[in-house]
Amino acid sequence: MSETVSIPKLTKDDTKKLDGIFKRYPKNEASLIMVLQDIQDEIHWLHPDALDRTSEELDVPRGRVESVATFYRAFALEPRGKKLVKVCMGTACHVRGAGMLVDEIERQLGVTAGHGMSEDGLFSLETVNCVGACAMAPVVVVDDNYYAEVGTGKLEKIFKQERKS
Amino acid sequence: MSAAKRKAKTFKKPDELIAYADEQMAALGRRKMELRVCAGPGCVARGANKIYDALVREIDANKAALKKKGLEVDTAFKAKCTGCHGLCQAGPVVSFEPSGLFYTRVQEKNVKGIVDKTLLEDETIESLLYHQGHEKGGDIVEHYNDIPFYSLQTRVALQNVGVLDPVSFEDFIAHGGMRGFIKALTQMTPDEVVEEVAESGLRGRGGAGFPTGRKWKGALRVKEDRVWLICNGDEGDPGAFMDRAIMEGDPYAVLEGMLIAAYALGATDGFIYVRHEYPLAVKHLQYAIEHLREIGLLGKNILGRKMDFDLKISRGGGAFVCGESSALMRSLEGKVGEPRAKYVRSVEKGYRDEPTVLNNAETFVCVPRILDKGAHFFASMGSETSKGTKAFSLVGKVKNTGLIEVPMGRTLREIIYDIGGGIMGDRPFKAVQTGGPSGGCLPADKLDLPVDFDTLSRAGAMMGSGGMIVMDDQTCMVDVAKYFVKFLIGESCGKCVPCREGLRQVHTLLEKITSGRGELSDLEKIEKLCHTMEVASLCALGKSAPYPVTSTLQYFKEEYLEHIEEGKCRAGVCKDLIRYEINKDCIGCLLCKKRCPVDAIEGENKKLHVIDQDICIQCGICYDVCPVDTVDIISGGVAVNREDGGAKAKAKAPAKA
Repeated sequence: MSETVSIPKLTKDDTKKLDGIFKRYPKNEASLIMVLQDIQDEIHWLHPDALDRTSEELDVPRGRVESVATFYRAFALEPRGKKLVKVCMGTACHVRGAGMLVDEIERQLGVTAGHGMSEDGLFSLETVNCVGACAMAPVVVVDDNYYAEVGTGKLEKIFKQERKS
Repeated sequence: MSAAKRKAKTFKKPDELIAYADEQMAALGRRKMELRVCAGPGCVARGANKIYDALVREIDANKAALKKKGLEVDTAFKAKCTGCHGLCQAGPVVSFEPSGLFYTRVQEKNVKGIVDKTLLEDETIESLLYHQGHEKGGDIVEHYNDIPFYSLQTRVALQNVGVLDPVSFEDFIAHGGMRGFIKALTQMTPDEVVEEVAESGLRGRGGAGFPTGRKWKGALRVKEDRVWLICNGDEGDPGAFMDRAIMEGDPYAVLEGMLIAAYALGATDGFIYVRHEYPLAVKHLQYAIEHLREIGLLGKNILGRKMDFDLKISRGGGAFVCGESSALMRSLEGKVGEPRAKYVRSVEKGYRDEPTVLNNAETFVCVPRILDKGAHFFASMGSETSKGTKAFSLVGKVKNTGLIEVPMGRTLREIIYDIGGGIMGDRPFKAVQTGGPSGGCLPADKLDLPVDFDTLSRAGAMMGSGGMIVMDDQTCMVDVAKYFVKFLIGESCGKCVPCREGLRQVHTLLEKITSGRGELSDLEKIEKLCHTMEVASLCALGKSAPYPVTSTLQYFKEEYLEHIEEGKCRAGVCKDLIRYEINKDCIGCLLCKKRCPVDAIEGENKKLHVIDQDICIQCGICYDVCPVDTVDIISGGVAVNREDGGAKAKAKAPAKA
């Protein structure tokens, strides 16, 4: 975890969500990945306190929880910005020029792919392996909005639009 | 997705289910027209759900008029969302049955016209029709059956994807669903079912191509009480979405295939392992599982027989290596997805060290078709050693990007040129990459190879799960090799040294080459590292990891040499080896100057602009925004984005792909 990111406390709402998640699954190691996925979906990242609690609830050593949390790509170990920008790095997108996009987005938003968020706290950037929309390659996804055939020249407009909405 | 109200009717005997199927088929026979909105990932990304919602509203508002025309909504006429139609390039698409009328690039604003004109007046909206090659001026085709993309396919695994409402059991059974299972359950012994699957020649669709019948026979020989059944839906190959389309578009068929396998193997418990990134597949499968439980097709004493089977969905964590069966089983146990050496096959010791049969989602979907139509039906298609049909996702620089299915043994040329429509912008073909990160790149002189498991392996690629990525002259093969190696570094589980360290070293060397610092001896080092990985890695991910590198070295060595000896990237991709220059056709519009993020462009209105190479960061924005295409990519002293190397800058350049 990078040192610049300060960790906010879990809110009451978050704790309630956690309660709900643990009720859904049998309390054993086999539920570990599912529980972490639900935490990721509902709280949007794996807060260290949430991992502590997972370890207690499922009776899995904290180190084992950590190893699973760091192994799978789907888990974020840092808080994210309000909007998640995903650049598809699937092969189809790559051959249509997605490689150029990541550098330029990092520059424009002042973020690193997979780490931190833009200064205004609005955007985080992630590269994903394939979003399955190869016909639209290269694809940039901001939350649920898909942008098709994106070249570096289109990026400025996309973020302008996303800042407004 | 239309969630038709479920009837919680429980089927206690096969006869009851057969009677229900007949009922639903008769109801389908009375239907005069169907309107199908594609809700595959490509079309949804372009707004298909909004189109469907608008259509439902518009149809509802015109109910009376439709009834007058004999199209009573929900009986004589039905509008539904279906799985992927396949021709993603033309999405969002809407099709009409039985006429086969096919609308492409539909937008929400077209919905009113579709109802008013096409449904009520039988009028075809010309602006929505498909143009051959997706280009204005291309021949207009009204019906999808007349489009070569469709007419040259043979659909077995995908036969109902894009046809059914995925969450309607009525629709599923009306199209022949559960026929295979009923036949197995009522007319065949478990051994006969396994024999039938073996006879069909079906081989695993996940990549390795292991004969399914042989795997099942192996499981039957293991004398243990419990056999686990696992469906692998962790489709991790970038650029591949066959399993996704199947799980999203025909979830009941996946379950039917698993039911047949459960009957044949005596399995009582199963899992479907689905990528977390496929939420719609999870949703549809979950719906189908719960529904089958309600109607007595999952659970205890299925259809009143002595057969118990139930299953759960497990969502993968987005790790490519979890598509490897032993890693997948570890992941199911809630652990880190690391593979194990397979001295003991998983049919003996798999999930929880108990006997486990794992098949790919596409493999399971083929099973009901084989049982329903007989082993011969399946075995009559395909090549000598690879029977049946195979689904592919045809993507990259090809005109008809999408999902296809053809008999095994078709040539790459037929797939790319006849079905795929050729290369985008009619540029020259360079390579096709098959088999995902474990596969290889094949050059133009291999285009006439028949596509089956063994031929592609012999050529240094592999069929893999069915991703097929087409590349043109603007793709740098060294960069492609580097891309896959980088992908695999991120996905290597790190358990064994050859894969973990080998990939890193190869990547460093490739990075050296693409940045212009490469030496000839690097190629030898790369070859040695690749060989070590191939023979010494623990699992298939590591063993096959060198293929993208070795195949490009085998077929495109001259590109590696150009990078090393001339500092030239002929595709204009490797940033350190290119620079952007504005040629003398520049009209001086100031657009690139305004957009340049680092103010590297000098120029005045209507005067030739110049890029200051000391400031330029090669972001490519000027190339992208130039309205008259006068920005050149210079590498090794020539404009590599021009066919003539920039000799005749005046000549109109080909359109950017």
